[in-house]
Amino acid sequence: MAATQEEIVKGLAEIVNEIAGIPTEDVQLEKSFTDDLDVDSLSMVEVVVAAEEKFGVKIPDDDVKNLKTVGDATSYILNHQS
Amino acid sequence: MNATNHTVVVTGIGATTPLGGDSASTWDGLVAGRSGVRLLDEEWAAELPVRIAARVAVEPTEILPRAQARKLDRSAQFALVAAREAWADAGFTGRAGEDSSVNPDRLGTVVASGIGGVTTLLGQYDVLREKGARRVSPHTVPMLMPNSPSANVGLAVNARAGVHTPVSACASGSEAVGYAVEMIRTGRADVVVAGGTEAAIHPLPIAAFANMMAMSKNNDDPQGASRPYDVDRTGFVLGEGAGVIVLESEEHARQRGARIYVEAVGQGISADSHDIVQPEPSGNGIAHALENLTSGTGLDPAEVVHINAHATSTPQGDLAELKALRKVFGDDVDHMAISATKSMTGHLLGGAGGVETVATLLALRHRVAPPSINIENLDPEADADVVRDKARALPAEGRIAALNNSFGFGGHNVVLAFRTV
Repeated sequence: MAATQEEIVKGLAEIVNEIAGIPTEDVQLEKSFTDDLDVDSLSMVEVVVAAEEKFGVKIPDDDVKNLKTVGDATSYILNHQS
Repeated sequence: MNATNHTVVVTGIGATTPLGGDSASTWDGLVAGRSGVRLLDEEWAAELPVRIAARVAVEPTEILPRAQARKLDRSAQFALVAAREAWADAGFTGRAGEDSSVNPDRLGTVVASGIGGVTTLLGQYDVLREKGARRVSPHTVPMLMPNSPSANVGLAVNARAGVHTPVSACASGSEAVGYAVEMIRTGRADVVVAGGTEAAIHPLPIAAFANMMAMSKNNDDPQGASRPYDVDRTGFVLGEGAGVIVLESEEHARQRGARIYVEAVGQGISADSHDIVQPEPSGNGIAHALENLTSGTGLDPAEVVHINAHATSTPQGDLAELKALRKVFGDDVDHMAISATKSMTGHLLGGAGGVETVATLLALRHRVAPPSINIENLDPEADADVVRDKARALPAEGRIAALNNSFGFGGHNVVLAFRTV
């Protein structure tokens, strides 16, 4: 069953908390991974791999550069989950 | 003193070792003659021929923020914990530049490891085989590269004069301190953070060292297994941790009003060119390093009252070192209190030179030589004044000097000298 937007944000918040140590409540749609959430370029790869696993999506490397905010990632996952 | 021959002093000390999570608790353990060796209770240890090691007393993840720690190999975690202590101990209150008493362009780091991020490499190989290429951590390379501890300490303190990593197996930590002394002596830097770290307690390195017949297999008596100079010594016990110090030109230290522990007199370096792992049994290679130390620095053997020996508890190595001391120092050896602190910490490989530099500095500071524990029957060929069983007071008055010796597979010999100011 496909995840809702709320479930995706919650899931991303857990991933970002695990990888960058940011409190889950700070992970919100408008937040930038690099500027607001302390996710550097290598850690972004970890976020993507964890998100792929959690939500059953495939995020090609070429698409990762467009995922600047939590909202970008949430929309991508909403549109691509099976 | 001209511009290219600066006097070098030590102004900060830090450590995390099997005896304690900082340099003070480590020193207390050394003076008390406490062993940090334990039976390994991990599942993977059950089938190994060696099931003992000296783990750090305090896990670095209890000190470092979780998000930072997970991007660092364990060896870099140790280095960072020890460097943070040394940096604060030297009186710095922020990164170089933020603290205006140190210029980032004149600050360096030299932190060494013998093996580098071996547990990261092997752990990620397990991930590759079990979960596939996509799951291999993107942090793997910056975690496993041997310069990672030095580079991460450099980032932490904002070092821009140079970040270095000499690699010479079990001499690495001491070679790092020697390299730092030279950076300051020759005017390349005013302040250098230097030391050694190692984190290699993993079944593969243990199996490999055990198959070289280099390790004690005394699993029934973990605390008695590391016994340098005892007739029944059978090899070293693997330890982990880091020792890091802050070195500084005397001029710079005095200008900012820093507390000076001791003078770093200098180093003597040589290579055996005898065998890739066996020490040259007569001690000639080590003697050459000692001669280079005295001729290069003018150190007077009469001042030397204490030696933190390399003494790993191997049958050949322990004696080769003592033979070299006798050959170079003659009767002066009789007033040198010899301590084998690996009897308590185990052998930290590339971390040993760092931790034993810290032990040597604190021995001078407190004027106490820590004991070599577990000597039930002193090897009759050990022709020197080994401090047995209990710590011993060093001369309470006057200027005294001490050496820290480290030797490594590959035939590397490094001796460092420090003296009170």
